[in-house]
Amino acid sequence: MSTPEAQTLWLVGGVILLLGMVTLGGMYLKRRLDLGLDPAAVAQFHRRVVIWWLLCLLLATAFILGRYWTVGLFGLMSFWALREYVTLTPTRRSDHRALFWVFFVFTPAQYVAVALDRYEVYSILIPVGAFLFLAIRVAMAGDFKNYLERVAKIQVGLMICVYCLSFAPALLTRQFVPPQASPVAEATTAAAEVHRVPPPATGVIWPEVHEERARLLFFFVLVVQLAEVLQYGWGHLLGQHRIAPEVSPSRTWEGFLGGVASATVVGAALSWAVPFPLWQTALLAAATTAVGLAGGLVMSAIKRDRGVEDYGTLITGHAGVLDRIDTLCFAAPVFFYLTQAFYLTQPA
Amino acid sequence: MEEPTWFQSTLAHALALTARIISGASVRWIDCQPDTCQRVYFANHTSHLDALVLWASLPGEVRRLTRPVAARDYWQRGWIRRYLANRVFRALLIDRYNIKVHRSPVDEMLRAIGDRYSLIVFPEGHRNTGEEIGQFKSGLYYLAKKRPDLELIPVHIDNLNRVLPRGEFLPVPLLSCITFGPPIWLQSGETKAEFLQRARQAVLRLKEQ
Repeated sequence: MSTPEAQTLWLVGGVILLLGMVTLGGMYLKRRLDLGLDPAAVAQFHRRVVIWWLLCLLLATAFILGRYWTVGLFGLMSFWALREYVTLTPTRRSDHRALFWVFFVFTPAQYVAVALDRYEVYSILIPVGAFLFLAIRVAMAGDFKNYLERVAKIQVGLMICVYCLSFAPALLTRQFVPPQASPVAEATTAAAEVHRVPPPATGVIWPEVHEERARLLFFFVLVVQLAEVLQYGWGHLLGQHRIAPEVSPSRTWEGFLGGVASATVVGAALSWAVPFPLWQTALLAAATTAVGLAGGLVMSAIKRDRGVEDYGTLITGHAGVLDRIDTLCFAAPVFFYLTQAFYLTQPA
Repeated sequence: MEEPTWFQSTLAHALALTARIISGASVRWIDCQPDTCQRVYFANHTSHLDALVLWASLPGEVRRLTRPVAARDYWQRGWIRRYLANRVFRALLIDRYNIKVHRSPVDEMLRAIGDRYSLIVFPEGHRNTGEEIGQFKSGLYYLAKKRPDLELIPVHIDNLNRVLPRGEFLPVPLLSCITFGPPIWLQSGETKAEFLQRARQAVLRLKEQ
């Protein structure tokens, strides 16, 4: 067992400290009924805090156990989110076999490819392979009623819940070596392709090679989750101009821009935790949170169309995983590809 | 009825857990609590999984005392089904095609439950398409008439027909919901048609809640 780097301790310790403060603050608000706060809002705040602790705990456990466990954890989140999505989406009897493929073939295959670091497989399996396959499979079922709509619904669900989210744990497996680092003789070929060193297998506690990337994933989840809270906060404080009142009455331009801007500041302040210079980290945080928060609006549109508030309330008693991770889903590919680009620009 | 062996009750637990996971069933009790008193659970029928998932949704000690009523022709085919039906769910198998006057299904059910067991029945008699609930057959009325002490619990099963539709054998793990409602009894002077209509309404009402 090797000891974790100082940045990791600071990052994880800082988050735990922050969560602890938020929890205490929430408990205080719950007891101070005289402040005249909406008890429903306080209760919702409480639920969110519990979910952050859970997320933090899960991530920490997964990191300690190694990359296969982390990939598996994200795979389960995808599976559950997809379950909620398809439950909400009206499908017909004839889609049953296609759905079986979605749940038991494409979703596991995507995460196996991520765990084995086969970028050439997981980058195209769903947008190309599943895209074509589902169109064919649904047609073969011989039911043409609303054909295009049904195929598109399944494809979109698979893209958002599985494909996009899988890029978050993919951060752990890809290690990019900048072209300059390779020997001069190989310089021409190195410039053309992305070199990577396969990371060691699982089972090591805090393997050094992982640590930088584990921190990157932690940074990603932290910044996106913070952006969501900050958007909520700014929206409540200043919210005037609603982005799309019919889709989501609570999302305002003030909240969105405030959320992105303040998450960017926080992200930039944490640039010591990631292997990128300040301006790149700030850009990374800005782009990621902007797309992530916009993704929340997309999911609101889908929910609104189906006439529900939360994916969780559709079937009573379920937590609504998709409600919690929708921003992560949209933000993950952006974060992944930006980090890939930034790694390439780094000097040796 | 003989007590289940250690293996059979472990298998029953494992099966109930698997059924709960695959069907993603959330269970709601509305104006009703789980109880080991003698009851008849009557539900809409949408999938082969209905009896299994409803049975699995009951708490362990209630489940041990609850026997699903199922079709003999389906559950006696092949030794796995036969073993599961006879030893694990301890289903009460009813012959759908060869009904004798002196051995009516209702009498068989009443004999089987004695003063101890509860039943799970699907009064529609066959699986519906999942969109609507069909008219109830009269068995429920005769059960209520011959044993007025039984609590009749309406149960609504939602979305299970999408988990395993008719004619499919591989389930898709969507989320479903099992809702138990407040008990009803046969009222004095109530005709068969009125009672069956009221029972059907009791199931339908749970869909809205």
